[in-house]
Amino acid sequence: MQSSAFSLAETIEAVVQEHIGRVGPLMPVLHAVQERLGYVPSAAIPMIASALSLSRAEVHGVMHFYHDFRTEPAGDHVIQVCRAEACQAMGARALETHVRGKLGINFGETTADGRFTLDPVYCLGNCACAPTVRIDDDIHARVTPQRFDQLLDGLPGEGR
Amino acid sequence: MSIRVFVPRDTTALALQADAVTLAITAEAARRSIDLTVVRNGSRGAFWLEPLVEVEAGGSRRAFGPVSPADVPRLFNNGFPGDCQDVLALGPADEIPWLQRQQRLTFARAGLGDPLSIENYLSLGGFAGLENALALSPQAIVDAVKESGLRGRGGAAFPTGIKWQTVLDTAAVQKYIVCNADEGDSGTFADRLLMEADPYQLIEGMTIAAVAVGASEGFIYLRSEYPEAKKILLAAISRAEKAGWLGDNIQGLGKKFHLELRIGAGAYICGEETSLLDSLEGKRGLVRFKPPLPAIKGLLGQPTVINNVLSYAAATTVLAKGAAYYRDFGTGRSRGTLTVQLAGNIRRGGLVELPFGHTLRELVEEFGGGTASGRPMRAIQVGGPLGTYLPAAQWDVALDYEAFAGISGMLGHGGIVVFDDTVDLAQQARFAMEFCAIESCGKCTPCRVGSVRGVEVIDRIINNQQRAENLQLLQDLCDTMVDGSLCAMGGLTPYPVRSALQHFADDFEK
Repeated sequence: MQSSAFSLAETIEAVVQEHIGRVGPLMPVLHAVQERLGYVPSAAIPMIASALSLSRAEVHGVMHFYHDFRTEPAGDHVIQVCRAEACQAMGARALETHVRGKLGINFGETTADGRFTLDPVYCLGNCACAPTVRIDDDIHARVTPQRFDQLLDGLPGEGR
Repeated sequence: MSIRVFVPRDTTALALQADAVTLAITAEAARRSIDLTVVRNGSRGAFWLEPLVEVEAGGSRRAFGPVSPADVPRLFNNGFPGDCQDVLALGPADEIPWLQRQQRLTFARAGLGDPLSIENYLSLGGFAGLENALALSPQAIVDAVKESGLRGRGGAAFPTGIKWQTVLDTAAVQKYIVCNADEGDSGTFADRLLMEADPYQLIEGMTIAAVAVGASEGFIYLRSEYPEAKKILLAAISRAEKAGWLGDNIQGLGKKFHLELRIGAGAYICGEETSLLDSLEGKRGLVRFKPPLPAIKGLLGQPTVINNVLSYAAATTVLAKGAAYYRDFGTGRSRGTLTVQLAGNIRRGGLVELPFGHTLRELVEEFGGGTASGRPMRAIQVGGPLGTYLPAAQWDVALDYEAFAGISGMLGHGGIVVFDDTVDLAQQARFAMEFCAIESCGKCTPCRVGSVRGVEVIDRIINNQQRAENLQLLQDLCDTMVDGSLCAMGGLTPYPVRSALQHFADDFEK
């Protein structure tokens, strides 16, 4: 994670240089910043705005329109539980309740030990083998509450 | 020669431990000193059989599935990869009845080989459509697409050839080709499967469109929820450039087309084409007023062809085999094949490609085999989260655009989500409004505010507060959303709500 303003400025500069020649560079820039830092710090917004000749309001507006961009760092592992219809048909509502209880948090929250962030997702395209859960970049099919607990136990890291 | 064993690498296979199956197979083969090569193919879309492992032998491919890592040692004990008698043995893959009964045009290659191998793509007839197109005039290409009867596969079913004609006829220095790969409807995965199993077909289709209308730049707008498709498309674009199928001088014939992959950021509304274009431009994904049509003023105000993944894919078949060949499949004004996706509570889920005209019941019973839970089917939602919930009395409807319109439904992108008798349609109706509230772009009031009010009104009905008045209020609200919304998001959200009320009224009176 970046800590000083100087290194943040360097990061933004490098990312902007990489994407500035593209059509509509703002989204690729935001994705790249989040990929490097894990989130888009509020201090980055005026820097990105200035580098792309946009207003801070425009950058802020785009940041907050899309569900993917984070304003705070996520936990060590990001867990997405699909809430959409095909998963509902296979017990996603019960799974969602189980996951929230197990982690002790609601959607959009991070556990106190910083280990897990829980997010909703609306379809991961695995609708024939539902319910579906994504943990970091891995997608898991036919996830029962028991299977979810196994997946959780298999994750590395002890929290912080 | 080493025996070739195929283990799919598509999202669903991976979600069912295909990587662990691959490791188990290579480890077991090494332990037994068996010389085999594992090819990571795309999936055939028979997701109920994934991971579907295949062994190449004597000109055919013997299939086994669904294989879990724990099954692998037993398979080897029973003779795998040679003659193998096992409960998971399915015989030749292309004789599996679920696959054999399909009529695959767009998905004919899916699962046959390494999706990134251009040699494999060429050997299976790939790029034949583009090669033909490169020898035709732009008007002749557009005419072929028009004559094929192809209608947009994203959901709106607008004739593709007419869209291309408009872009061809609009003079501009810069035109664009955009692929809408923001497949956000629950119950759909056909675009994902095509991109993961046969990515060059999309590249070929977009390049045909570029040659047809005179565009030199293109974008694939892919949702961020598809990380595997992203990996595969990035690699495929890069390889196609190196092989001269994209770039400044395609196959040395002087045509130029550059293709770039863009990733969305978790907004369902960006599947709406004008919202997608705003997002591509780096803005919030707000729906635009139409007119002007994107074909006249699209990306950056320039003439733009924007089509769904499957529409571009279908164009390769039209150009490779001729408009008449494609048009001869299907019925009435629904020509060609329809890719249906069987999802939700279904025993044999996956991708089924058939000519238009089969009934919904045939699909869910004969292909789908009923529910996964074994309980009776109660409701089927066709066409994604904005689609109607159909009761058993409507399951004999034919799967074509006009037949669905006749029952106030829509085929949309072909997603079929089955629910068993434990479903509570009042909760499903509530979710339709909730989803609209979460995903509305906010530009128009009927959608932005109506959906929030919709959740509240349905809650009051469920809680038996002033039932008659609130039922009337909900109907009025639905009218306002249908008639007053700017796009299909607010305009169609009332469809699942009203169908739930109409056909499953008991669920609202508990």
